[in-house]
Amino acid sequence: MITLQTFQKISDYEWEIPQTFRSGMRVPVRVFATRRLLEKALQDASIEQAVNVATLPGLVGRVLVMPDMHQGYGFPIGGVAATRYPDGVISPGGIGYDINCGVRLLSSTIAFEQVEPYLDTLVAALDHHCPSGVGTRGALHLSDKELDQACRSGSRWALKQGMATEQDLEFTEENGCIEGAAPEKVSPRAKERGREQLGTLGAGNHFLEVEVVDQIFDAEAASAMGLFEGCLVLSIHCGSRGFGHQICSDYVQEFQAAVRRYGIQLPDRELVCAPLDSPEGQAYLGAMRAAANYAFLNRQILAHHARQAFEEVLRGKVKNWHLRQVYDIAHNIGKIETHEVNGEKVKVCVHRKGATRAFGPGSPAIPEAYRSIGQPVLVPGSMGTASWVLAGTETSMRISFGSSCHGAGRVMSRNEAKRQVRGEHLRKELEAEGIHLRAGSLSGLAEEAPQAYKDVDAVVETVCGAGIARKVARLRPVAVVKG
Amino acid sequence: MASTPKTPIGFEEIEHTADWSLRVWAPDLPTFFEQAAKGMYQLMGAESLSAPIEEIELTVTGEDPETLLVAFLSELLYLLEKGKVAHRFYMIFGEKSLSVQLKCLPLKSISKEIKAVTFHNLAIQSLNGLLEATITFDV
Repeated sequence: MITLQTFQKISDYEWEIPQTFRSGMRVPVRVFATRRLLEKALQDASIEQAVNVATLPGLVGRVLVMPDMHQGYGFPIGGVAATRYPDGVISPGGIGYDINCGVRLLSSTIAFEQVEPYLDTLVAALDHHCPSGVGTRGALHLSDKELDQACRSGSRWALKQGMATEQDLEFTEENGCIEGAAPEKVSPRAKERGREQLGTLGAGNHFLEVEVVDQIFDAEAASAMGLFEGCLVLSIHCGSRGFGHQICSDYVQEFQAAVRRYGIQLPDRELVCAPLDSPEGQAYLGAMRAAANYAFLNRQILAHHARQAFEEVLRGKVKNWHLRQVYDIAHNIGKIETHEVNGEKVKVCVHRKGATRAFGPGSPAIPEAYRSIGQPVLVPGSMGTASWVLAGTETSMRISFGSSCHGAGRVMSRNEAKRQVRGEHLRKELEAEGIHLRAGSLSGLAEEAPQAYKDVDAVVETVCGAGIARKVARLRPVAVVKG
Repeated sequence: MASTPKTPIGFEEIEHTADWSLRVWAPDLPTFFEQAAKGMYQLMGAESLSAPIEEIELTVTGEDPETLLVAFLSELLYLLEKGKVAHRFYMIFGEKSLSVQLKCLPLKSISKEIKAVTFHNLAIQSLNGLLEATITFDV
């Protein structure tokens, strides 16, 4: 049993379970949390799941857990694990079913006061232009060949279709296209689902949110990102839809046999994996990259539709209704990166499952405009609470494989949330706070109630206290579209 | 520790912080799989129209019952996305396969989406003459 006594306290924000805690662990587990957040985490299986992850072959450094952690399936949400490339393993479950679920932030120079009278119209237009909800299909009808091309090109595909700008691509992780995508390693079923769902938001915790820049903490970084106090921004949270879900399902199923072939012993079948340099590992890597590019493209298309909604509602009412991309970042992904481990540069596959890349200043992987300030880290709140823009740091490069938190993190089951919160009551509460809302269902709304999540401010204080990110700006929600 | 089932066949939702867990029990494998399907539909709030009935056959393969279960439920999720809800199941288990004849009805509505069926801690165990397992769904 894992208790507070199992941990060695490293600092007020870091706790470690040594490799000797359980046989089979190949590396220690480092948790970024305050004592209070850690005590909460011990109420579900998140830490136990992190200990299970620490048994994967080829791990380097430590398994890391972010303060927004909660129980998942196999990996905990908030988990980061780096495996040596090319002889370590890749685990589809460590990336998740919603491959490249992520967040995009667009900024504007629209003052909140100017647009306040039109917010209800704006949220209705966003809801109209950006298809959302269970089983929604998009307006695009791609052939197999076009889908393959879209998966190889990611956001570049949207640029060719007039749904992106060069600047959008510049300010997207990997410029919206990870090289090495292999659509030929994607099943016909995944493609069938992918063809129908491109350009849709989905349901669950996915959302579009109009926010106001509430407080600036780092004026230089905020200015570089185009964030100005009192101005509107737009967040888009979604992923690779049924395309990614199917790819992950296919490979988790296929890897059940692969672990037997490679003699890999695991404490949980959802952790199935294959060596990165094996045919199975390479096939998954190529398919996963295809899904990652699909997700970048999906958020790009949604951003295009959101811009149409802004123009439709605000043209002639405000001077400049344009939305400029701040950044687009993945939080469910596996990336081949080079990091320093024990003083040595090592090429690794970083699994981020509910964790955001947070590269520090100077990294060549981030846009030149952000190179002196660090990569933007987008931390959405929980509908009705703040969201945050942070920046990656040198410390994150040193101690967390350039990673940080990805959100508030659930603390309450969906059932418990529905028992405690009435959807209709929540809607009225949010509206009374001035938050305009469109939601697919009231029960879905209740499941996603702010009470079901941790205090995002406490999560942000923790990553900043640990030094793996620093504050840039705090955002306040004023309109939400929930799938 | 899960309590002893009060009925010989059934399912119940188990608390999970972010996703959904479903405990299923039944005296034999075909009934167990059918209960798992019904439980999954209930979690999603899947409602069907009363006609027309469509017959669909599917076959899944796997090394063990757990792999077959995940494959079977994943097929049902796909059919649901295609607007079909299975309401009658005739199953034939092979050594490493499962063939199912389904009678499906058109989907009327669902209230929640399941992204995937996971293998997380999935083990179909025999306890006091009943098969039992907890299935975790990604939502």
